[in-house]
Amino acid sequence: MKSSLWLKTYIVVFMVFLYAPAILLPVFAFNNSSIVSFPLKGFTTDWFIVLAETEALHTSAKNSLMIAVVSAVLATFFGTLAARASARYNFKGRKPIMGFIMVPMVLPEIIIGVSLLVVILQLGLDLSLWTIVLGHTLICIPFCVAILNSAFLALDNSLEEASFDLGQTKLNTFWLVTLPLVMPGIVSSLLISFTISLDEFIIAFFLAGTEPTLPVYIWGQLRFPQKLPSLMALGTILLVLSIVLLIIADYFRRRSARKTGANTSGGFI
Amino acid sequence: MRGFAKWRQSDTALGLTLVSPTFIYAILLLAAPIALVVALSFWTQDYLTLIRTPTLENYREAWGELIYQTLMLRSLKLSIFVTFFTIMLAFPVAYYVSFYVNPKRKPFWIFMITIPFWTSYLMRIFLWKVILGYNGVINGSLMGLGIIESPIREIAYSQNAVIITLAHAWVPFAILTIFVALEKIDRSLLEAAEDLGDGPFRRFIRITLPLAMPGVIAATVIVFIPTIGDYVTPRLVGGPNGLMISNMIELQFKKANNAPLGAALALSAMFLVTLISLVFVWLNRKYLTGQGR
Repeated sequence: MKSSLWLKTYIVVFMVFLYAPAILLPVFAFNNSSIVSFPLKGFTTDWFIVLAETEALHTSAKNSLMIAVVSAVLATFFGTLAARASARYNFKGRKPIMGFIMVPMVLPEIIIGVSLLVVILQLGLDLSLWTIVLGHTLICIPFCVAILNSAFLALDNSLEEASFDLGQTKLNTFWLVTLPLVMPGIVSSLLISFTISLDEFIIAFFLAGTEPTLPVYIWGQLRFPQKLPSLMALGTILLVLSIVLLIIADYFRRRSARKTGANTSGGFI
Repeated sequence: MRGFAKWRQSDTALGLTLVSPTFIYAILLLAAPIALVVALSFWTQDYLTLIRTPTLENYREAWGELIYQTLMLRSLKLSIFVTFFTIMLAFPVAYYVSFYVNPKRKPFWIFMITIPFWTSYLMRIFLWKVILGYNGVINGSLMGLGIIESPIREIAYSQNAVIITLAHAWVPFAILTIFVALEKIDRSLLEAAEDLGDGPFRRFIRITLPLAMPGVIAATVIVFIPTIGDYVTPRLVGGPNGLMISNMIELQFKKANNAPLGAALALSAMFLVTLISLVFVWLNRKYLTGQGR
């Protein structure tokens, strides 16, 4: 197949293009030079030590972690309710309501950032980490709904009916039957929202008060050339962290699908 | 009363009750704020005080002043280019994964394609600056090898750099969307086309492509709409001629302290991208139904 050879060549070139930034990140993080450019100068771990000594970085990382954890829990909670409703009940207005909940997925983040900023300033509230949580929860909900929707759709209704027939209450059935079955989906949704929130910049940029998140801190440092190598080291740590989180999330998503008997192809979205 | 008790057990009642917290959250944090931005765009600001007399002044300025026209047209042009290149890059990959990869290996491939999308957004854009810049990876290596004498200006700090960086950022989204559409194609239709004498090229044009079009259209919209709002890429890799409308929106909301004008610019940009998307979807629908069936 000649055409398949062309296609395969293209795929290889494409994968190089796709992974170019991710591969260069650790290359410069371990490069013994204060300038981020080629040729490489030799191996060093100094830039990671610089990170360990930067106080402002630690504060912003803590802020980001707090925001990511709270947003992930809130978004997964709201996502579970919506996904369950959409998968289980065929109610009037289901399509427009679910469509509306999914809108933040396609809306430019700058619109969300700007509109929340306007509301907060009009209400006379102060910008804080909590205002970022509100925005992050909003943009994470559609991803949670997408993940949990497939988990709930794959759920066999007869298992719940069996539990009712055996005399369990609604609440007990939810705790003992439904929740354990969709648990991998919930874990996957928590991890994905955590990753999105940890990395989100534009909304945090508009809504951050005096306390920066990690991406807002990175943005501030990008102006200083001497800070760049240590930012590469930071980027490498974040890269490894998100890959680990994604592998765990994917494992749970597939386990969820296998548990409920669906096929395991398809990605996160 | 009995009617109400019965209604309470209906799918509509149970479903609406369950979905309402999420729905209310979305209304409070999405619909209400956007409604306020719409209102704001008709107000004016005098230093720190808002004047709530409705006026079209902000829109007159947003659509009339040359600088805003230039930025808006450039943003639309760049978004259209980004979308076009993203789809062109994505389609062969989605096609390969759907038609050539062993079904058991497909989840792995999709996983590998999505990973770069989840790695630090700021660092990813910044690294494109490192790759494309004057002393960047490409220019530096080519000059080092003596292939070129001065940096290729077309790829560094330019609109082209913005297009490359944004296409890279959105391509996994486009691949996934097109892949889902390709997976739905009934493979026996392809066999039928072959049995009836279509070669690989004709089969692709007449069967695969029309059936994949819903995915292509969805990917186009998913890439096109958010691209207009990108703020970081133009700032980092765009250079002086690569700035886009979001940079101006941010300026108006923050330093220039003219939130009403910023609101009018943001809403105008959203209006234009939505309009273009709707026209695009409508044209495709018309074209597809007119030709195929």
